[in-house]
Amino acid sequence: MSARPVALAIHGLHVDLGGRPVLDGVDLDVERGELVGLIGPNGAGKTTLVRSVLGLLRPRAGTVRVDGHVVRPRRAGIGYVPQRTEFAWDFPISVEQVVMTGLVARHGLLRRPGVDAWRAVGRALDLVRMTDLRARPVGELSGGQRQRVLVARALVLDPSVLLLDEPFTGLDIPTQDILLELFTGLARQDRAVLMTTHDIVSALYSCDRVALLNRRVVAAGPASELRDPALWTRTFGVAEGSPLMRVLGAA
Amino acid sequence: MPIQDFLADLLNPDLRFLPKALAVAVMSSIVCGVVGCYVVLRGMAFIGDAVAHAVFPGLAVAFVVSGNLIVGGTVAGVVTAVLIAVFSQTRRLREDSVIGIFFVGAFALGVVIISRAPGYAGSLEQFLFGSIAGIPDRDLVVVAVAGLGVLAVVLALHPQLVAVTLDRESARALGLRVFWYDLTLYVLVTLAVVISVQTIGNVLVLALLVAPAATARLLTDRLAVMMGLAPVIGSLAALIGLYLSWSWDLPVGATVVLVLTGAFLAAWLLAPRHGALTHLVRTAS
Repeated sequence: MSARPVALAIHGLHVDLGGRPVLDGVDLDVERGELVGLIGPNGAGKTTLVRSVLGLLRPRAGTVRVDGHVVRPRRAGIGYVPQRTEFAWDFPISVEQVVMTGLVARHGLLRRPGVDAWRAVGRALDLVRMTDLRARPVGELSGGQRQRVLVARALVLDPSVLLLDEPFTGLDIPTQDILLELFTGLARQDRAVLMTTHDIVSALYSCDRVALLNRRVVAAGPASELRDPALWTRTFGVAEGSPLMRVLGAA
Repeated sequence: MPIQDFLADLLNPDLRFLPKALAVAVMSSIVCGVVGCYVVLRGMAFIGDAVAHAVFPGLAVAFVVSGNLIVGGTVAGVVTAVLIAVFSQTRRLREDSVIGIFFVGAFALGVVIISRAPGYAGSLEQFLFGSIAGIPDRDLVVVAVAGLGVLAVVLALHPQLVAVTLDRESARALGLRVFWYDLTLYVLVTLAVVISVQTIGNVLVLALLVAPAATARLLTDRLAVMMGLAPVIGSLAALIGLYLSWSWDLPVGATVVLVLTGAFLAAWLLAPRHGALTHLVRTAS
């Protein structure tokens, strides 16, 4: 795994919000070809890390690099998949039109998408296996299908890094499994995929590596390297006999 | 009144104000119908209401100093829109509270200013509820130019406005300046309101902005169709409203708004896919 190039490199990232330190020296690399799960309790700084990686927050110190280039504000070049609740699903728009909005910054003013843009939309829909539903209004889709549309929109610029924010919230287990298989497949196509999630068990079983975040990365590695209970108590602030630790023991 | 008599009146040289009022009402309906689609889809009807009221002090100042009402209203509306956009950036107060403060404040300022003018009650009523009389030829041109300008900006920025409406964080991540697109939309709403205020009136103009777009939304799941349908619905309501108002000597703004409300209720009941009655019939069969 170490032979693969690092697509996303976060080094010594310190971010303050309202004068309060939220991220305190985050270090994390994600290589092309791997799916990394980012887990941590509420307030651990997951959302702040996501926003910093996207170039939407200015760090006090540290860098975020994509393919070796420092991320510029609003020009991260990262495929971003927001939480489903952030999207206006009642908007009268079709699946392919949503995916096309992923190219909006590239078109600029007064230019309308050409053949190449529609081809890129078609490829992105193929990748998430949504081609058959391309003309359907997004309001009529299931939760899993909606997630796929957002992933397709993030893929339309063919980014090397895909950032998924809580993609499983509100989805049933079979749908989560299908999506996990999709995310792993996308990673294997030479992309770095970083996913925040509250679903610890899925992350441990399905991600190549898991990063435990609580203002900094407490530990990161494959599930087999994260068996030490102390790492989990440090990350989540729970006692050794808590239900979380019992679930992890069983896992 | 038979429709042919109305048509004859429209062509009667002694009633030149009537075709002018119709032209302004239809142009206003087209612009409000298009801009109103964003207002409805972004759930910003309250902002539309705020801007509609906020143009009032500008109209009042223009009236008192005998200036151009459209310029006065636009300046006041844009200033208020900017203030709302700036004050809403602080997360201590929710946007609706900021809007509530500024629009009532601006409206109150308008009432105070116009109360200093002679003939206070008559002018106030004309501003609040609209009038078909007294539209100067110059305003007809200004409304046409401003309306075309608004439609051109909408056409140019449509993909960006859609992206910002769908999901703001992703739009930011894509490099779009969300604040400036918000502000642009507020200014477009202001211009749509200002060109409509004279015929429809300050209090009722919100209906022209919201009702045609909301009605169109009930009739279609496609944005392009919605943005084509809303101006058609608004224009037909303006035509029918003016006809009814002329026939029965009713206030024109209120009559247009009642026609729009009727159209909305009809769509709510009978829309092919989403109508309440349609749904009932489909469930029963």
